[in-house]
Amino acid sequence: MSDLRALYQEVILDHSKRPHNFRSMDGPTSKAQGYNPLCGDKVMLYVRLEGDRIADISFQGSGCAISTASASILTETLKGKTRAEAAALFTRFHDLVTGKGQQNGKGPELGKLAVFSGVSEFPVRVKCATLVWHTLRSALGESEEVVSTE
Amino acid sequence: MATAHDLARPATRCAFDIARVREDFPILKEKVHGKPLVYLDNAATSQKPRSVIEAEQRFYLSECSNVHRGVHLLSERATQAYEAARVKVQRFLNAGDAREIIFVRGTTEAINLVASSYGRKYVQAGDEVVITAMEHHSNIVPWQILCEEKGAKLRVAPINDDGELIFEEFEKLLTSRTRLVAVVHISNALGTINPVQRIIEAAHRRNIPVLLDGAQAAAHLKVDVRELDCDFYTLSGHKLYGPTGIGVLYGKARLLEAMPPYQGGGDMISSVSFEKTTYNVIPAKFEAGTPNIAGTIGLGAAIDYVNQIGFENLAPYEHELLEYATEALARIPGVRLIGTAKEKAAVLSFVMDGLHPHDVGTVLDQEGIAVRTGHHCAQPLMDRFGVPATTRASLAFYNSFEEVDALVKGIQKVKEILG
Repeated sequence: MSDLRALYQEVILDHSKRPHNFRSMDGPTSKAQGYNPLCGDKVMLYVRLEGDRIADISFQGSGCAISTASASILTETLKGKTRAEAAALFTRFHDLVTGKGQQNGKGPELGKLAVFSGVSEFPVRVKCATLVWHTLRSALGESEEVVSTE
Repeated sequence: MATAHDLARPATRCAFDIARVREDFPILKEKVHGKPLVYLDNAATSQKPRSVIEAEQRFYLSECSNVHRGVHLLSERATQAYEAARVKVQRFLNAGDAREIIFVRGTTEAINLVASSYGRKYVQAGDEVVITAMEHHSNIVPWQILCEEKGAKLRVAPINDDGELIFEEFEKLLTSRTRLVAVVHISNALGTINPVQRIIEAAHRRNIPVLLDGAQAAAHLKVDVRELDCDFYTLSGHKLYGPTGIGVLYGKARLLEAMPPYQGGGDMISSVSFEKTTYNVIPAKFEAGTPNIAGTIGLGAAIDYVNQIGFENLAPYEHELLEYATEALARIPGVRLIGTAKEKAAVLSFVMDGLHPHDVGTVLDQEGIAVRTGHHCAQPLMDRFGVPATTRASLAFYNSFEEVDALVKGIQKVKEILG
């Protein structure tokens, strides 16, 4: 029970029910689609870069609470960040949700992303949390290839 | 302690004792996350009775040998056990001849065999294969591959909002171009029992052969391939309380005899030279290579077990469970059943308002309840109902009314955690 509460924290449930930056974007500098065939989660991520900085970022799609909240909090966190800062955050986030967070304490502050710490107790749900991040990587690589977590 | 559901429970008329039946399945005593396992994922795979596990074990402990080869005693015993299983399957399906029973890995391979062998020979450019909108990917993709290769067309008969085949529309698709009808007997995602007798009659009036995907059906109702007069029937051992990796293709002998081999190799030949190979007769023609001997023997044991319980006992019990579970789920606000056919097997696919099945499944799992969440290898069907996925509870005769109560409680917990 405590594991479930840790997984489905209020912040995550709020973001899954009322996701932020849940919209398409006119004239994104890049976009990418992510897909998890295991559960059918789909995300389309739009990014507008100004120089090296993420000036705007938004998403659309359908997915479980974890993947929707992850996309929502990602967009909130990364707006205004540089590509390098985004990449560093992904590394930290990945360590967090795969349970490596303790060993590798270095790197940028996770801020609100820390609410996903409970995911590490649910290995089958790691892909839900990371789908949008993999999709971001594809978007920043300016590839339009569909990302699949399988 | 009696619950509201207990009061609504119908008096069980069944001839078998559920507590005793559960004793036959060792895994049902397992705990998951510290809770008693409530296994409601039988449409994915069923659990195995001790007799099946022991039959496989016995083969490896004291009988292991290859079949159809050796002159030594063990090989003779293995061959006898292997062929005895074929006869068990023949009787189980009421096929006219054991030669009509081909052992394969499962339903998927059985359908691929027919698509590859029968399909390649008889389906040509401009021809059509007819399926329905409720097929599993394994009864869609092999036909797509065939149609693409041949320049043929795959036609899909529509279903209504209850998940029932719209028979008139299906019948309209049967034309002089139709070479085969391939239809699921019981839908894995909806539980719909298709009117296979009518389907076969309609197709046969136009001389079109029919393949039935029996992956879900074989474990839940008596299948009589001669009464049905189907041309091909497929099943998977592991959904029939048997081992994984073993399944059956039934085909009418005259069709199988006319079909080219599926795979080449040992056992499927009668003589080989570099100039010319003569193929073996059926069933060996379709069983290239060393088969899954232990699995086949295990499947035989599973059939013995099911026969001992008897469809006349297990089918009414499963139907009572289904009715009980359907009513219980209907009482929970925010839960909507997908698949409400009049003729239905004990499968309950549902969605919950505002909640994704993946999250539902995670919470239920923490309660020890195993269900399937996702698209159930039936993505076109999910699209038909406008949902990305469902949560599916699929029941077997060893499930109890108490386990349905546990599911209902689990769903309440889902609402509490995610609501």
